[in-house]
Amino acid sequence: MGRGGSRAAPAAAAPPWHALPDEVWEHAFSFLPSASDRGAVAGSCHSWLRAERRSRRRLIVANCYAAAPRDAVERFPAVRAAEVKGKPHFADFGLVPPAWGAAAEPWVAAAADGWPLLEELSFKRMVVTDECLEMIAASFRNFQVLRLVSCEGFSTAGLAAIAAGCRNLRELDLQENEIEDCSIHWLSLFPESFTSLVTLNFSCLEGDVNITVLERLVTRCRNLKTLKLNNAIPLDKLASLVRKAPQIVELGTGRFSADYHPDLFAKLEAACAGCKSLRRLSGAWDAVPEYLPAFYCVCEGLTSLNLSYATVRGPELIKFISRCKNLQLLWVMDLIEDHGLAVVASSCNKLQELRVFPSAPFDAAEQVSLTERGLVDVSASCPMLESVLYFCRRMTNEALITIAKNRPNFTCFRLCIIEPHTPDYITHQPLDAGFSAIVESCKGLRRLSVSGLLTDRVFKSIGAHANRLEMLSIAFAGNSDLGLHYILSGCKSLKKLEIRDCPFGDKPLLANAAKLETMRSLWMSSCSLTLGPCQQLARKMPRLNVEVMNDPRRACPLDSLTDESPVETLYVYRTIAGPRSDTPAYVQIV
Amino acid sequence: MTPPQERDYMGLSPAAAVAATELRLGLPGTEEAEGGEAAAGAPLTLDLLPKGGAKRGFADAIVGGTAGQRREAAARSKEEEEEEEEEEKKAQAPAAKAQVVGWPPIRSYRKNTMAMNTPTPKSKNDAEAKQAPAQGCFYVKVSMDGAPYLRKVDLKMYKNYKELSLALEKMFSCFTVGHSESNGKSGREGLSDCRLMDLKNGTELLLTYEDKDGDWMLVGDVPWRMFTGSCRRLRIMKGPDAVGLGKYSS
Repeated sequence: MGRGGSRAAPAAAAPPWHALPDEVWEHAFSFLPSASDRGAVAGSCHSWLRAERRSRRRLIVANCYAAAPRDAVERFPAVRAAEVKGKPHFADFGLVPPAWGAAAEPWVAAAADGWPLLEELSFKRMVVTDECLEMIAASFRNFQVLRLVSCEGFSTAGLAAIAAGCRNLRELDLQENEIEDCSIHWLSLFPESFTSLVTLNFSCLEGDVNITVLERLVTRCRNLKTLKLNNAIPLDKLASLVRKAPQIVELGTGRFSADYHPDLFAKLEAACAGCKSLRRLSGAWDAVPEYLPAFYCVCEGLTSLNLSYATVRGPELIKFISRCKNLQLLWVMDLIEDHGLAVVASSCNKLQELRVFPSAPFDAAEQVSLTERGLVDVSASCPMLESVLYFCRRMTNEALITIAKNRPNFTCFRLCIIEPHTPDYITHQPLDAGFSAIVESCKGLRRLSVSGLLTDRVFKSIGAHANRLEMLSIAFAGNSDLGLHYILSGCKSLKKLEIRDCPFGDKPLLANAAKLETMRSLWMSSCSLTLGPCQQLARKMPRLNVEVMNDPRRACPLDSLTDESPVETLYVYRTIAGPRSDTPAYVQIV
Repeated sequence: MTPPQERDYMGLSPAAAVAATELRLGLPGTEEAEGGEAAAGAPLTLDLLPKGGAKRGFADAIVGGTAGQRREAAARSKEEEEEEEEEEKKAQAPAAKAQVVGWPPIRSYRKNTMAMNTPTPKSKNDAEAKQAPAQGCFYVKVSMDGAPYLRKVDLKMYKNYKELSLALEKMFSCFTVGHSESNGKSGREGLSDCRLMDLKNGTELLLTYEDKDGDWMLVGDVPWRMFTGSCRRLRIMKGPDAVGLGKYSS
């Protein structure tokens, strides 16, 4: 950018790009696709740090305790969309007692003060109260998207506040929340003039909704693309709703059980025939496979099918799925069995993600014929398959080795063999060889859950080979501290590690303390931890919060416990906010 | 890149590391016994762990074996030891298929939803499947005065009032009053097992339920079977609010 070709001037002037004003950088950064890219850019130099943070629009806080809400709001003043996650993942399975924390209120309050232009808010595994929802409705004049996933603490009264107050709401997406039903007709609180809804998902709501009001809402929201209903909507009402929204792209049917009536079938079939844009289908299809053919006309266009709450089994289910030749995502119950998965393998060649859930996880007697065979077939025939969650009761090393060879492109592999410590059922060996093959072959693997009988050997492989692995879940595995040491001293990209019921002690933690600061969090429950070393870890690493959790019934003060006191649950995470102040009595920060 | 360690916590000399990872045949339990001590004379500094703590037998894990072994090793007061034993007995009493908390890893939301949907019966098991669901409710909502969220319990999972109140204790961080007293009373279940105390405030709570007719009753009045047949939802009330529901024996 210098002028002319004058070489006489010494090359001491700073490179021209230093002089570019911040606005230019902010514009350049707006093209960066991911948060990690923006983070990298922000770390380069002070001027980029300044430009980046002032222009960041989308913020993801993966651990609500990693930073204080006010600090986050102050650092990124231009945020329009924020996502905050709270409780550790194992809270989903009941391993975190109530009142643990993760309140959304401080985040909503800070946002209300510092981000008046906020448009999108998303909370996952947090306690969201009605007051929070009221605050949201009152504080952000252009609020458009509310997404609550696996949250609790609110009721239909809070939803009423959102409906009444958010004039520009586009998305109300409630996924798997615990919502108290206060019998308030919250849907009626969307004004008649309100037409901006694009996504409405209330599938997790247990109570009734006023169907007439819903029909009117659906009719006037001409841009509605996603509609996911709850169990309270009967089948004939479903048909009329679908008829009113033929532009629908994603449909969730709620509970789909009714006795077979030919006229109801015809009604449903006619409604579906009008849905030329339907791509994603879900619902708790409870029974009555006779209704499935009503959806045949949309099968060809479906890219996503979630029947994981559907207890339909048998030939009708398989016939239905075999028509869905363009499926990219399939979630299903193990009632599909191996022969059903064989059909999936031959019909759905574009499949990218498969999840198979157990229909009777606690009842070993209720045997469903879903084995390693099904997974082998699908991985052999679906070249784009990259994400798997599979619950089954038996597995072999050979099957896993075959799967690994067929599908080196896995990014997410989660296998849950239901009975802990289950070995290879043919050779009775641990499944070390199988899982080792997976991590050696799948170089892009980002998420892994292991199960079955496993020794420290498998962790040596994982530590050495799983270089892109970001999240690892381990249960009932390993023989000694070495297992954990292999993981912590390897796994270069590890962010989240969750462990339960493994014979791992605290030595590997102390030996790899610095590693813990490069990770987002570590969870260890029912392992062999004692209090003294945990306190040592905390002293050594001031930027980690080391939380120790014991039986809620025995909240004793730390001073009365000895170094050898067992620690039932350890939750360690990096933070710049210091120890949190909202711990319940049974959690202690050491 | 980890900084140099001040202490070699893992006690891994190269020889020990190699020996420990040497591939051997045999079940994990036996292997460990040989592998650990025979490792080229270099002691692994694992002796601070309670004996047996690092080794896991095949069946141990199913009923929370680690916890049992650890607690044996640590010094405990006599009272706690008794409670521990009782809990272990409870855990081991059912067959090896006893449910481990949070395993298999299925979201609570999914578990609740599946409980509402009865599976489509196979044709030959039609009659059985229709009878199998108990009369009345399985999952009932439990609310506690002052708690901002609801929980759910599956009444089918409990055999008597004591088990139910223990489960509620865990859920709501309250505890059962008169727990040890009712130990001695054989067969006398009911009200004495259902008195709960708020852990934080020390105020007494009452366990009540709404029955089929919509009336609110005190839990423990009727035989267990009758209770599970008619209970629609549970509510843990603060003591004073429960006036008028009936006296309870002290």
